[in-house]
Amino acid sequence: MSAESLGLAASRPMIASRRAGPSGERVFAVLVTAAAWVVLIALGAVAAAMFWGGLPAFRAFGWRFLYGTEWNAVTRQFAALVPIYGTLVTALIAMLIAVPVSFGIAVFLIEVAPRWLRGPVAAAIELLAGVPSIIYGMWGLFVFVPFMSEQVEPWLIDHLGPLPVFGVLFQGAPLGIGMLTSGIILGIMVLPFISSVMRDVFALVPVELKESAYAMGCTRWEVAWRIMLPYTRSAVAGGIFLGLGRALGETMAVTFVLGNAHDLSFSLMDPGNSIAAVIANEFTEADSALYRASLIALGLLLFVVTFLVLAGARLLLVRLARQRGE
Amino acid sequence: MSNMDSTTEANHRQAEPGAPPDHPRIAIRQLDFFYGKTQALKGITLDLPDRQATALIGPSGCGKSTLLRVLNRMYDLYPGQRASGEVLLDGQNILARDIDLNQLRSRIGMVFQKPTPFPMSIRENIAFGVRMHERLSRAALADRVEWALTRAALWPEVKDRLGNSALGLSGGQQQRLCIARSIAVRPEVLLLDEPTSALDPISTLKIEELIDELKRDFTIAIVTHNMQQAGRVADRVAFFYLGELIELGESVQIFTAPRLRRTQEYITGRFG
Repeated sequence: MSAESLGLAASRPMIASRRAGPSGERVFAVLVTAAAWVVLIALGAVAAAMFWGGLPAFRAFGWRFLYGTEWNAVTRQFAALVPIYGTLVTALIAMLIAVPVSFGIAVFLIEVAPRWLRGPVAAAIELLAGVPSIIYGMWGLFVFVPFMSEQVEPWLIDHLGPLPVFGVLFQGAPLGIGMLTSGIILGIMVLPFISSVMRDVFALVPVELKESAYAMGCTRWEVAWRIMLPYTRSAVAGGIFLGLGRALGETMAVTFVLGNAHDLSFSLMDPGNSIAAVIANEFTEADSALYRASLIALGLLLFVVTFLVLAGARLLLVRLARQRGE
Repeated sequence: MSNMDSTTEANHRQAEPGAPPDHPRIAIRQLDFFYGKTQALKGITLDLPDRQATALIGPSGCGKSTLLRVLNRMYDLYPGQRASGEVLLDGQNILARDIDLNQLRSRIGMVFQKPTPFPMSIRENIAFGVRMHERLSRAALADRVEWALTRAALWPEVKDRLGNSALGLSGGQQQRLCIARSIAVRPEVLLLDEPTSALDPISTLKIEELIDELKRDFTIAIVTHNMQQAGRVADRVAFFYLGELIELGESVQIFTAPRLRRTQEYITGRFG
């Protein structure tokens, strides 16, 4: 106690002497502010460049560019609804798969797995994150697509296709290539990002909190679902957004297995297109200024779609929090 | 109390009114406990009499908290921890392999050192545990929530904001909420692991009054480092040292005329 107060007294003149030369503080503040601005400026510059680049397409087609479905290089008619739809649907399928599986992985690693197994499983999942997307694309096309077209899709078409309303998603020919396959591969690709965030934040749940839930007679499932998930929800949501952002923008793997078809179809079996896949597929073929402008405009739309989806998800989260009275 | 009588479902868990007050609710017989190869409890034999508070005292690492964690089988969560001997709850050995842990923990509630409100509303904190063990109508559940919060001396402070997050309560309120949560499932036994060590003096006083009140209905085991607290709330005191039960007696006897020199040295603050 006395040593502490002595130290305080001794440090007082030192603080004063450092205050005398504030230039270091100022330089530091300028540097970190500049670092923050770099991001904002880069973001703004990219958006502006894409807006200027895409302007001819917006001028030529107007709002039709958003809701039209034709994409024809010969007649020079371009519209973005099919790729926007494909982007959203494949990302949605990916999240439907990746979020619950990630939750399972994280709960397994934190609450269920014996200690010796945690390291290897966690390392394997991190390796999954390190696999380049071109590998997922090749594996998808040469291995997964034949499996889907021979085993999975015929069964889905036979059993789910005849259902009312819902069945429309599962009609058509079992090509293997299409939105369902893309969505599943995307799900596998974003899984490691979401699950490692979930695992990290679940590990931060205080032991006493979990123990008091067990002491109430909770099962492991109840502890995971009712205690750990609510306790970490904003961080978990952040991890999900991270995965969602990747799923929306993923290019290579999707380009391989989506089929590059500019037809609007509600069946998940049918080939489709996503914004990123269209750009990757067709940039080298863009022979006219309008074609190229349309591709750049698509890029801007991917920007906007990603932004809207993530902003919407944040808003939903805020509203849920308000409902709970926080 | 009136709410308690009106909902009859779980009353079989409560002690029969005619039972003698000194009948042991929990009987511990030759209990050994190991963390891996380290033995933390050595041949403990101890009764927790029905509707009395037994304080477990002793220096850090003496095994008193370990004993609490045996009584609700909390150690089961961790591989490498094991107990041998017998712990009889109403004559049934709870160390038996085939015991239903979720049901056991509804009969033996526990409150921890730090307040641990669940990340949900005040109402849900109470209702959550009740729903796991009983099917109640909405009205009965609301009655139970009010009953538990009233018993925990928290109702007047929170009755207008039951829907608010429990995380917004003060530390003392949170700890009373944890007690309310535990008694809401109507356990027979309450285990309190240093329940006031993280609280300010006024909250501590409130919790002590509460414990004094609760021991009319519940069998209580409380671990504490505070000798005055043990003297105030406990009927009996058990002094532990290095994993052994050294001395057990009425609290007046332990604090005024301990039989053993080691007990006297500990309670007078000469070691520990």
